[in-house]
Amino acid sequence: MSTTSSQSVSNPPATKGGAAAVYIDERLASSNFTKRLLDKVFPDHWSFMLGEIALYSFIILLLSGTYLTLWFKPSMTEIIYNGSYMPLKGVKMSEAYSSTLDISFDVRGGLLLRQIHHWAALFFVAAVSVHLLRVFFTGAFRKPREINWVIGTLLLVLAILEGFAGYSLPDDLLSGTGLRIAEGIMQAIPLVGTYLAMFLFGGEFPGTDFIPRLYSIHILLVPGILLALVTVHLIMVFYQKHTQFAGPGRTESNVVGYRLFPVYMAKAGGFFFIVFGITTLIAALVTINPVWMYGPYTPSQVTAGSQPDWYIGWLDGAVRLTPNWETNAFGHTISWNLLIPALIIPGIMFTALGLYPWIEAWVTGDKREHHLLDRPRNAPTRTGLGVLALTFYLILWISGGNDILATAFHLSINQITWSFRVLLFVAPPLAFVVTKRICLGLQRRDNDKLLHGYETGRVLRLPHGEFIEVHEPISTHAAAVILGKEDIAPLALEAAIDENGVRNPKAKKNATRARLSSWFYSDNVATPTDEELKAALEHQAHALHEAQEHSGAIEGH
Amino acid sequence: MAISRRHPAALFAVLAVALGTTGAAYAAVSAQAAPKATVASATQVDQGKQLFLEGCSSCHGMAAQGSSDGPSLIGVGSAAVDFQVGSGRMPMAGPGIQAVARKTQYNTSEIAALAAYVASLGPGPSIPTAEMVNTSGADLAMGGELFRTNCAQCHSASAKGGALSQGRWAPSLMNSNNKDVYEAMVSGPQSMPVFSDKTITPSEKKDIMLYLSELQKNESPGGFSLGRLGAVTEGLFIFVGGMAALMIVAVWIGARAR
Repeated sequence: MSTTSSQSVSNPPATKGGAAAVYIDERLASSNFTKRLLDKVFPDHWSFMLGEIALYSFIILLLSGTYLTLWFKPSMTEIIYNGSYMPLKGVKMSEAYSSTLDISFDVRGGLLLRQIHHWAALFFVAAVSVHLLRVFFTGAFRKPREINWVIGTLLLVLAILEGFAGYSLPDDLLSGTGLRIAEGIMQAIPLVGTYLAMFLFGGEFPGTDFIPRLYSIHILLVPGILLALVTVHLIMVFYQKHTQFAGPGRTESNVVGYRLFPVYMAKAGGFFFIVFGITTLIAALVTINPVWMYGPYTPSQVTAGSQPDWYIGWLDGAVRLTPNWETNAFGHTISWNLLIPALIIPGIMFTALGLYPWIEAWVTGDKREHHLLDRPRNAPTRTGLGVLALTFYLILWISGGNDILATAFHLSINQITWSFRVLLFVAPPLAFVVTKRICLGLQRRDNDKLLHGYETGRVLRLPHGEFIEVHEPISTHAAAVILGKEDIAPLALEAAIDENGVRNPKAKKNATRARLSSWFYSDNVATPTDEELKAALEHQAHALHEAQEHSGAIEGH
Repeated sequence: MAISRRHPAALFAVLAVALGTTGAAYAAVSAQAAPKATVASATQVDQGKQLFLEGCSSCHGMAAQGSSDGPSLIGVGSAAVDFQVGSGRMPMAGPGIQAVARKTQYNTSEIAALAAYVASLGPGPSIPTAEMVNTSGADLAMGGELFRTNCAQCHSASAKGGALSQGRWAPSLMNSNNKDVYEAMVSGPQSMPVFSDKTITPSEKKDIMLYLSELQKNESPGGFSLGRLGAVTEGLFIFVGGMAALMIVAVWIGARAR
């Protein structure tokens, strides 16, 4: 599309493209907006493309999902299967399962599209999660992007729910087993749980109402909300501008990168086709969820190795780790064994995730806008907290596959469960400490590189016998990246009684905050001052000169 | 007046016929249930006893009555012996939570002798005849239903096996032959329950064996099966294969800025 903007009628456009642009512009007045859009600059970094993977997977999901709706019948009407998959011929099953088998075996391209849809779903949630980690570890959620962080958190929750709904639709043995657990979790909600489950399932489990209801939720309600939130998410990135890493010429008030048109558009557009291509390649080569093997859902059956898709795995793992606690009071049973792992733990985790920008801002007292990203090492406490949460999540996740681990490695499932129960409490704090120490070590190494240059690997022997390694100054780009770190002093402790002898009512609260701020910042390694840097550079130049002289002398021998 | 027309011996004749028929029918049925027991010769039993005393009695006791190290074998039948010894699970390599299948330690005639000896100790399920494990004409779809109802909860719907408690496991059935499967069902080895002919009829057993042989073809219409382990390997693949590939591309596209 041409972007020729023409406001003057007196000067008619020379080309056909120009004429078309004028035609559109005279009716939509779009040239100004289009020009601003195409000139929009996006910074370049591989990690900024993780969100793109999520977006593209979502588009693939909408396209492949539409195809599946043409053939899938969300009905619990019982029929006798008469399709081309012999081992199930003559078996009684729901129309939902039978139509899924038809998609897999009798619809042209159906199995490929089903597998594209399912693999794209795994990609979608994976990309959303990894994108979230990138945003977290680089501090991109800080002011003014807190709201967009919350929208992102909502997108993650919805993506997980949407995936689970899709997994449950085919009414195969695994879907039904998953829904049975979901129903159990609903029932575990105190007071309203039973009513809620009965209301959603239209009576006792499994009933005939839930699959059609879930279908509406899966293809209309949740994707609609997802689409709306994705749009808001992107518009906010557009208006607030994308964050960037520190580097030469990059400041809090500019964006260094490529214009949307043509470079970024080519890169992003090309990346869409690569994502679609890789998804299709995987779907064409690798089986996902072979529903025909599991058979139709019957409450009397269950298969060993029943697992949900990966993004539900951590909840399954939490349920597997929780001891079988129950309380009976006043004729009611409180199932702690489901309430804690499936509702309380995820509730706390998602709430903490959504509120994190405000928690950190409160602790640090940092109310400024941030458009330059932190390198993870330069925010050791945040990075440590992130790794702590990630470790907690991963242990739950691995526990979801404890039976597969047991068979694959010939271990006792009971011992695995107990080991993870212990690790769940021991490993995250340990991961925090180790991560923080690694970050601080990397900060020292950065300073070292700034002050002493990088090791060239060239070792010289001086005339008096001493060996030295030649250091050379790092590049200006590398130096700018390191110097992009800002040193922040922890909040000062306010006096409990001011100079006039009046008690400060906020002192106690502020003292806690100051302590937390000090915990967050105080270990940071100070970046060298300008004077230190100047002196160091002079010293480096001198040493280099000396080394060169010596090497000349040695070579002269 | 009806009574007076009968011969005084009629009652005895009817009784004799009835008893004879019942006895013959019972003999026929029990012969069908234990065909091997009748063909075992005395020498075979003796040879089996000798082998038993050498290789099995340290755990199962001199008279197969069992000890603290192994269960009694009286009444387990020849099927159990053929399964356990034939698959190399017995004699056990060492004490453990569950016998591991390994290389068979005895040859075919030795296994037959051991089976004959154990079968002679008391009636129990016997080694199936070739006809009993012949699956031609069996119902594949019914076999699938029965497999998913009775077998999948431990061996998994894919027959790849699964974990049981305390380090026990249900082994993969991907390499089991029909005789093994039949013997396992009637004898209930290790943690497995017994599926007698009352629970699963002989014809249903054939259905199951037919379905299992379908699974053993290991056909995967959707492409690579990822070990048929379900969502765990799929989840691993999406990160190790899928996300890794896309991130490499992203690094390639994003590389340049410096």
